[in-house]
Amino acid sequence: MIDALPLAVTLPLIGALAVTVWPAHARGLGLAGALITAVSALTVTTEVWSRGALRADLGGWGAPLGIALEADGLSAAFLAMANLVALAVSVYAGGYFKRETARHFWPLWLLLWSALNGLFLAADLFNLYVTLELLGLSAAALGALTGTREAVAANLRYLLVGLLGSMSYLLGVALVYAAYGVLDIGLVAEAVEPGPVAWTAMTLMIGGLILKAALFPMHFWLPPAHANAPAPVSAALSALVVKAAFYLALRLWLDVFAPVLGEAAANLLGILGAGAVVWGSWRALRAERLKLLAAYSTVAQMGYLFIAFPLLAATPPGLARENLLAAVVLLALTHGFAKAGLFLAAGMVQKTAGHDRIDELGGAAQALPAATFAIGLAGVALIGLPPSGTFLAKWMMLEQAMILGLWWWLVVMMVGTLLAAAYIFRVLSRAFNREPTPYRFVNDASTELPALLLGLIATFGLGIAAQPLWRLLEQGAFG
Amino acid sequence: MSFDAWLPVAILLSSMIPGMLIFLLREESHRLRTVLNMTGALVKLGLVIWMIGGVYDGQSYETRWTLAPGLDLVLSADALSVLFVALSTILWLVTTVYAIGYLEHSPNRSRFFGFFSICVSATVGIALSGNLLTFVIFYEVLTLATYPLVAHRGTPDAAHGAKVYLAYTMGGGALLLVGAIWLQALVGPVEFTQGGILGLSPEEIRVQLILIFFVLLAGLGVKAALVPLHGWLPQAMVAPAPVSALLHAVAVVKAGAFGIVRVVYDVYGVDFAYANGLLLALGILASITILYGSLMALTQDSLKKRLAYSTVSQVSYIALGASIFGPIATIGGVVHLVHQGLMKITLFFCAGNYAEALGVHKVSEMDGVGRRMPWTSLAFTVGALGMIGVPPIAGFVSKWYLGLGAADAGSNWVIAVLVASSVLNAAYFLPILHRAWFRPAPTQWPQEHRRIGRSEIAGALLWPPVITAVLALSAGLFAAAPFSPLEWATLIAEREYGR
Amino acid sequence: MTSHVLGTQLLYGGSGILLVLLGLWSFLVHAPLLRKLIAINVMGAGVFHLLVAIAYRGIDTPPDPVPHALVLTGIVVAVSATALALAFGKRLDRDGD
Repeated sequence: MIDALPLAVTLPLIGALAVTVWPAHARGLGLAGALITAVSALTVTTEVWSRGALRADLGGWGAPLGIALEADGLSAAFLAMANLVALAVSVYAGGYFKRETARHFWPLWLLLWSALNGLFLAADLFNLYVTLELLGLSAAALGALTGTREAVAANLRYLLVGLLGSMSYLLGVALVYAAYGVLDIGLVAEAVEPGPVAWTAMTLMIGGLILKAALFPMHFWLPPAHANAPAPVSAALSALVVKAAFYLALRLWLDVFAPVLGEAAANLLGILGAGAVVWGSWRALRAERLKLLAAYSTVAQMGYLFIAFPLLAATPPGLARENLLAAVVLLALTHGFAKAGLFLAAGMVQKTAGHDRIDELGGAAQALPAATFAIGLAGVALIGLPPSGTFLAKWMMLEQAMILGLWWWLVVMMVGTLLAAAYIFRVLSRAFNREPTPYRFVNDASTELPALLLGLIATFGLGIAAQPLWRLLEQGAFG
Repeated sequence: MSFDAWLPVAILLSSMIPGMLIFLLREESHRLRTVLNMTGALVKLGLVIWMIGGVYDGQSYETRWTLAPGLDLVLSADALSVLFVALSTILWLVTTVYAIGYLEHSPNRSRFFGFFSICVSATVGIALSGNLLTFVIFYEVLTLATYPLVAHRGTPDAAHGAKVYLAYTMGGGALLLVGAIWLQALVGPVEFTQGGILGLSPEEIRVQLILIFFVLLAGLGVKAALVPLHGWLPQAMVAPAPVSALLHAVAVVKAGAFGIVRVVYDVYGVDFAYANGLLLALGILASITILYGSLMALTQDSLKKRLAYSTVSQVSYIALGASIFGPIATIGGVVHLVHQGLMKITLFFCAGNYAEALGVHKVSEMDGVGRRMPWTSLAFTVGALGMIGVPPIAGFVSKWYLGLGAADAGSNWVIAVLVASSVLNAAYFLPILHRAWFRPAPTQWPQEHRRIGRSEIAGALLWPPVITAVLALSAGLFAAAPFSPLEWATLIAEREYGR
Repeated sequence: MTSHVLGTQLLYGGSGILLVLLGLWSFLVHAPLLRKLIAINVMGAGVFHLLVAIAYRGIDTPPDPVPHALVLTGIVVAVSATALALAFGKRLDRDGD
């Protein structure tokens, strides 16, 4: 069933159109669109799982002119995570937004979803640019949905930074085309040769992407933008949008520019990642508001992902490298689930308390056991404690670092882990106080259960049953 | 998979599942919660008895689940794990009864009992861990599950104690993780194997292995409250009495001590550890802790704090036993894992009862409690005398074997430490007994609760210490009986030394 | 390829890169929103310039259609982004009053 591939991209687009045409039914149509999109995307993943890499050339044009979609293990893994998270966010948003905001939310949200799926599936560099831009535009528009001055200003900055990043990426694409005359990832990968052109193109493209992935010190735009957005949007931005930029950087690194790379470039990314881990965690610890804490934690978590580059570069090809890569993917996926869960639960606490100042959250946290559990479970995954997927991923990354003798990465990651424990428990400790509350585990099912479910997937699902990921990632690659 | 392969998982789940369900219960569902708690505890006990029989007959139980390539979750049962599992299961049952009585009418019981069950599951997981990875996993889960118990009361004191507890245990967990990863990077997956796995390791990694030993020891030493890593223990006293009892007797400190035993015997191997001077280092550390804890206990007026420092001191007997080369001392150390648990949990139950019935929290307020609460005080007396090492109570057996082992290994200084420690034990426990039995009661207790009927305190609070006191006494009296802790420890030592 | 083609490509492409650098410089040093937006658009124009130069294959040969398609798509994207940014700016201006 090749058809699922274009459906994953077009269904949300159709949904976006439908909710625009019938705004009165935005919620129902939006939820329906969300459901069928997720189903089609998960079909793609199961197809890749059982049959190997998929490819679809839309309109029969084929490379180099047509729009081609492709799914291998790596994209299928990210696709599955993104669509499960997006589905949970949709259910949550269905209960979260009032009628008026809902009309603005759903079209933009489905557009973002379409761009996201497109980004994971696009097979050529230019279509990737288009999805990247669409993603940035819809994300910025969603982020400003509350309409407050802080939100608009933060998202304007986000938009401009995103444009700068895309421009840099596009320039790289132009260079690639000038040098090799092709844009299809597989064809570029065959043509690319080490040299100044390839090196410049790589620098421009990956440079643009790390700007969008908010890698330290280019993270400045992220905390205000993510902290001021409505909860479901923050969840999507932190869990998915920055992750998509990382995915693309990883994809280009692995599939296209592999012959070009030097260890120096990988080390540079790793050092920036280390800076992100320490600085992001520290700022999260000092944050006064829960959502700002979560946003800074995203900065830190993106740092861990970039520490993977020097480790990957130093590991010779073979089983060890494949395992390491899978661990990195596991880290990214777990963080996606955990961070979305954290933001959704935080939104619930914020709504109940009327604010999100951490020091005064006590009553609300104790009154919402399910939301607090979700924060706890997500927190376990963010810290990297067992039995979460991050624990396994970090263990494998650190073990490989020690095998390579690169012990300083272990020091950085442990410092980050301890700081993360400190900032997560700073929040959780508020749930223990003397305010008497009638204990009911679930108070608002449609918002608390998605958050709880995401936390459970991050902490138990991916921690105990991550094994299939290894098989999925073996399923083919571009080219 | 056969039943044998499922048994370790079933033992784990028998408390995990009730715990998860309890979280979902409404506060008022008192009855259902009690049923879940007790069913879990009894089912677990039944499964453990089954397992004890099997392990004795040489049957092997193992559940293996691949988490990721090279990372297996292994639950398996050997003689040592069964000893710890049995201890936690029996004491969990008793403590659950006590906690149900103790927390009656207090808020957030669903949350409390949920984490309480998870805590015991984690302890059992630690006991059943078949490799270092699994051990690390449950060690961290234990930290996560005990934090809410320490913070439970929600007072500023509780928040502070919990924070200190978390800082220590997270730091320790991080060290343990570093050590475990480093070790695995050097030698591959570390399966717990009788006799250790590092005996044949190449010469050039020896220095690293020794370094790793100290990293692991520091990580485990936090929970085992080795000086100078013990700072959290007196602070964690703010927790409700059943939590303190469980933390001190079974869960946290024992997890650390058990881990040290595992690392010495089943990772490094006692021969390797002896040959490289690791045992001596451990022995010195344990001795310092024993003496320091006892000295600090002398100066505490708060009863719970005195007991806490006593724990610091007593748990290190286990590490001390591991540090002396020779099977006899090993028996003494391993059997103390059980003996200290029985005696210390009795003492904490009693301390909880004094506070609950009379509002007595300090040693200086204990004049005449013996006549007012005879059964509680009798249990307390058994526990205290056992700690000092008075025959025929369990503590005597531990100390006897430790001393014999030390003499056997020619470590006379260890005997000196044991004697000094026993004198100090007597110095901080006997005055309490003197006050309780031979001083007149004050005209008014600090905060007396109305008596229920004729008994000194509710049955759910009285029976647990009485039962554990009887167990502590029997463990000493019937030490030579089959399946006694001593017999079992002997079995472990025989298998570890393989001779 | 003849030297004529190469020369033309160099001239157009070079000026495109110059525009990109100019835009980048302006984006980084100027705070006002409008100037930043114009700077981004200048950068975009530079990239499009470069793409058009790449498409050129001499006076007698039809140009390569791929870069042209890219430029067209790129312009659409750039216009939408500019519009959104302006809408944000208007919102901020209104609130500022």
